[in-house]
Amino acid sequence: MTTIYSQFAWLIPLLPLVAFLIITALGRSARAGALLIGLVGHLMALMLAVLIFLEQLGPGQRDFRQQLTWLRIGDLPLTIGIEVTHLTALMLLVVAIVSVLVNLYALGYMRSDPRISVFFGYLALFSFAMLGLVLSDNLLTLYIFWELVGVCSFLLIGFWFTKPAARAAAYKAFIVTRVGDIGLLLAILLLYWHMPEHALDFNSIQNVFQSGQGTAVMESGTVTLIALLLFAGAAGKSGQFPLHVWLPDAMEGPTPISALIHAATMVAAGVFLLARTYDLLLASPEAMLVIACVGAFTALFAATIALVQRDIKRVLAYSTISQLGYMMMALGLGAMGAAMFHLVTHAFFKALLFLGAGSVIQAVRTQDIHQMGGLGPRMKLTAWTFGIGALALAGLPPLSGFWSKDAILAAALHEQPALFAVGLAAALLTALYMARLFFLVFGGKRSEPGPVFESPGVMTGPMVALAGLSLLAGLIELPWSGAGRLSLWLTGSEAAHHGTALVMIVTTAIGALGIYLGWLIYGKGVVNRTALSERVPWLVRWVERGYDVDAAYRVLLVIPLQAAGRGLQRGPEALIGETVRRFGSAALWAGRLGTRLQSGQVQAYGLLAALGLLLLLVAVMGRGWW
Amino acid sequence: MLSAYLTMAALLFCIGLYGALAKRSTIIVLLSIELMLGAVNLNLVAFAKYGAAPALTGQIFALFTIAVAAAEVAVGIALAIALFRARGASRADEYNEMRR
Repeated sequence: MTTIYSQFAWLIPLLPLVAFLIITALGRSARAGALLIGLVGHLMALMLAVLIFLEQLGPGQRDFRQQLTWLRIGDLPLTIGIEVTHLTALMLLVVAIVSVLVNLYALGYMRSDPRISVFFGYLALFSFAMLGLVLSDNLLTLYIFWELVGVCSFLLIGFWFTKPAARAAAYKAFIVTRVGDIGLLLAILLLYWHMPEHALDFNSIQNVFQSGQGTAVMESGTVTLIALLLFAGAAGKSGQFPLHVWLPDAMEGPTPISALIHAATMVAAGVFLLARTYDLLLASPEAMLVIACVGAFTALFAATIALVQRDIKRVLAYSTISQLGYMMMALGLGAMGAAMFHLVTHAFFKALLFLGAGSVIQAVRTQDIHQMGGLGPRMKLTAWTFGIGALALAGLPPLSGFWSKDAILAAALHEQPALFAVGLAAALLTALYMARLFFLVFGGKRSEPGPVFESPGVMTGPMVALAGLSLLAGLIELPWSGAGRLSLWLTGSEAAHHGTALVMIVTTAIGALGIYLGWLIYGKGVVNRTALSERVPWLVRWVERGYDVDAAYRVLLVIPLQAAGRGLQRGPEALIGETVRRFGSAALWAGRLGTRLQSGQVQAYGLLAALGLLLLLVAVMGRGWW
Repeated sequence: MLSAYLTMAALLFCIGLYGALAKRSTIIVLLSIELMLGAVNLNLVAFAKYGAAPALTGQIFALFTIAVAAAEVAVGIALAIALFRARGASRADEYNEMRR
């Protein structure tokens, strides 16, 4: 098999890196130049990604690997390498497309920001890290890029660092994901320990576990432990319960960032990581069950919170958590193809929804959905594209979200009917909260005074493009077209279960029911929308606060840790500090004595020299005596 | 015989050392240094005559030392006078420029 373009895959992450370096070197004043360089770098990366994807679409296995030795520890080489497989080619394409569109959109959204060139620099750095993460051929370099995307996320959430909330959110995102990252690091260490020849590349992992040697080289308990630790890392990045708390707060960042990092690409890195090490997960049924259950729980849990949020971006953030839960559930159920399928479609329609939200926020200068309303006629393009995204998310045919969600639910019905029920409930809530969002924002009458204008073409253009992708991305895997083309292409084996007519009808009905309910409550107003919050206000407020998970963390972790810190400060710290202070003052006194010796009197120096000589003589003589 | 010379020299040296370190007058300090040099010369000559390997070298050395010492005293006195003129003081403990 010839691979022409895949040989140049290493260029894909390097192009944004070069763009980042040039933008940083140009400094803050070069606005137009920075925007142009960032855009060109991303466009070139996208072109290459498209070429590689088309090449990988060809018949046969066309995996391409390239390695160079980075370090040599003893006789153990550490390598940096890239690996182009079907999975990475697909992920590269998705990341590159969304990056370019978000870059374009940010030209409009950030146009009046004084630090726009810094923003584009960070954006390019993020693309470098994310594309590098996708292309990495071993866990070690993946981990490096994994942390690098975390840093970019931190920088971009805190981009408006003059806002205290943004600062706090940036810290929170960094620290909470770090908890998961420790799991990933431990998993890597365990794998290093147990793998034959300490191999950490995905190919070796795949070979070991695919050939069934997995249980031969390590005990099944160890495999489960590694799988669960990997999942902990993925849960931190992908906002799975109980590490989801950072994602809603991350909405303090600029909206294009929410679309790119916190909806389409970085949060999907957890799913991607598990898909990359999927053969290891398959070797541990216990871990798979845990992943499926946590995913399903997160899907339902986050969907209920999304139902009562007032901030447009927080609704979408909880929705993202919920959809990532779907993907995790699919992974846990053994349907990796379905998970990746949902990852792709979700990347498109959720990025679209965030861009639409940004367009709305810029028009009305608020994020509270209760202060919006009636925007539909004034912002037709935004309303239409947002509507397409919402329908795709709600899972109505023939939009992309329908096919991918259908694939996941079909797998759930086949494997774990209980999880199918949970998934179905989450799907109903998804349709309901999207209908609520859409009707509150675009329907009804405009309550606030002031003119509202549609966003400029540079912002609506990417939205239209993403709307097109949201409409059509479902076609890459239809339930009946050669039985799971995407799964076959990704994993080399047929998908275990195909959507049946029953599942399709049920999911469509559920989606339609959710939207109809939403329309009744928030569109037409037949049902009193405040009925529930008047009847049980504490319940609604509790859900709105995200079930007080933050408060639980505060009580269970933050306050005890702070108390322990203060205790440590009083006890050992006081002891150690006092010792250190004593040493310090001793040195000070010694110094003062030294300066007193330096009197400038020649005779005193002479006397000291004579005494020293005497001492030396005594010492030499004394040694003879003893 | 040698030990008597050496004891004498040691006594002279100690008196000179005491004077050089303890006396305040610059002139006395210079005199004391001469005393120490004298002690050294005495040693040289004593070793040259009564040492383990008697040779003329020691006495020649003593002559050299006397010549150098004369030159040194000339310089020393000149310095002391110059300092006295500049500072109006002839006491060694008032000269503490090395401190600065």
